[in-house]
Amino acid sequence: MGDKPIIGWKSIPLGGSITEPGNSIQRPTGDWRVFKPVINQEKCIRCLLCWIYCPEPSIHIIDKPYKTLTGREWKFSVEVNYSFCKGCGICVEECPVKAIDFIEEVR
Amino acid sequence: MENSIWKRIPLNSNYAAAYGAKDSDVDVVAAYPITPQTPAVEKIADFISNGELNAEMIHVESEHSAMSACIGAAAVGARTFTATSAQGLELMHELLHIASGLRLPIVMAVASRALSAPLSIWGDYSDVINIRDTSWIILIASTAQEVYDSIIQAYKIAEDPDVLLPVVVAYDGFMMSHTYELVYVAKNPEIFRDYIPKKVNWTILNVEKPITMGAVANPDWYYEFKYQQVLAMKRSYSVIKNSAKEFEKRYGRSYDTVEVYNNGGKIAVLTYGGLFGTVVEAIDYMNKQGTQITGIKLRLFRPFPLQEIRKVIEDLKMLIVIDRAISFGAPIEGTVAMEISALLHRESIDIPIYSYIASIGQRTTTEEDIIGIVKDAVKLFESGKRISESIYWGVRE
Repeated sequence: MGDKPIIGWKSIPLGGSITEPGNSIQRPTGDWRVFKPVINQEKCIRCLLCWIYCPEPSIHIIDKPYKTLTGREWKFSVEVNYSFCKGCGICVEECPVKAIDFIEEVR
Repeated sequence: MENSIWKRIPLNSNYAAAYGAKDSDVDVVAAYPITPQTPAVEKIADFISNGELNAEMIHVESEHSAMSACIGAAAVGARTFTATSAQGLELMHELLHIASGLRLPIVMAVASRALSAPLSIWGDYSDVINIRDTSWIILIASTAQEVYDSIIQAYKIAEDPDVLLPVVVAYDGFMMSHTYELVYVAKNPEIFRDYIPKKVNWTILNVEKPITMGAVANPDWYYEFKYQQVLAMKRSYSVIKNSAKEFEKRYGRSYDTVEVYNNGGKIAVLTYGGLFGTVVEAIDYMNKQGTQITGIKLRLFRPFPLQEIRKVIEDLKMLIVIDRAISFGAPIEGTVAMEISALLHRESIDIPIYSYIASIGQRTTTEEDIIGIVKDAVKLFESGKRISESIYWGVRE
């Protein structure tokens, strides 16, 4: 995939098995999305429930401090990796403070 | 045969299949009861409970689950066995494609039975012919001895690294599954260990080296995996022949993909399964009456043994094919007759084929019926008639 040369039946494992673990990184699934979760950094209380629930997982804890308009200071931010987020909406559903908007993506 | 190695005991073909599985030292058996297969796995349950076989018997709620359990067991490297019939085989159908697609060397006995509706528990080959496109290797046995020997050979074939496809060993429901013959079975199954050593030649699930099985193959990959199966099926042909040869060398009983009785006749009758025994009896009778007829037994249905069939039929004047299943709406409704027709066309051989359908739903087919079929076909041949449609022998108007 990607830059790899195109190979055929002679060099692929039998039965469609994937013989090396940890390869899901090679298969971006972001283009499956219809709705896109967008985290409102102002409302987010950094409880990390979205990070726990995300099945992908494509919620990342980013080492980036954030100061809200009301003056509250957070040492980190929570962001969505849109290359892999399939738009399942579980994070939107689980967020206790409704800090994640679910916006239809038009491509 | 040497008595130090073999004991000769009366077995029906179900029990012969069970002995074959036991003597292949299977690790996992998952099956669901269905007539006429049930006694095969009941016998295996006996073997496990009395300590003759060290295997896991998985009780499942359907044939769909039986094949699923077999797939799981084979996926971790277990030598796996199951058995079924008719509707059970149909319920497994989607899993049959998965077993072969995942390249798992499962072996299954099928006591062939007619398909419902109307409900029939009796023997014919509707179920087996129905799975011809599932990429399973399909052997059809004609005697209980052949069932026993074929199950053992089936593991040799299935587990060959050039093959890695599942194998069915089929035999007539009731006419074979419930009738007894004298069968040579090993006194000590250890004699088969060198013939089918337990070597896991296929990719398995292993916590030490994690892999993914059953992943999606999108349009950019699926085709290539199917082509691998095409090649495996083609390669299996020589493996099947060599497995039989090595079996003969070690154990003295010989089998081929196509077997001939009374070679040299210009008229031949080809069929499969236990009905071949009836054909042999009819041939003996007709030969005494002065009509030389050759009997051809199809032992291998998938892969279709093209070269062998070509070899045995190319000098014939006419060929009669008795099919035991109906392919509704097909150009020739007897499947084997149709496949041989395709072969003849491909090889530019011009021999009239007379396709007969018989023994459907275990409609009794005796030596007299075989003689009647031969007389009927010869009459058609002598009057210059070529028949493009199957003839339904004995069906009432």
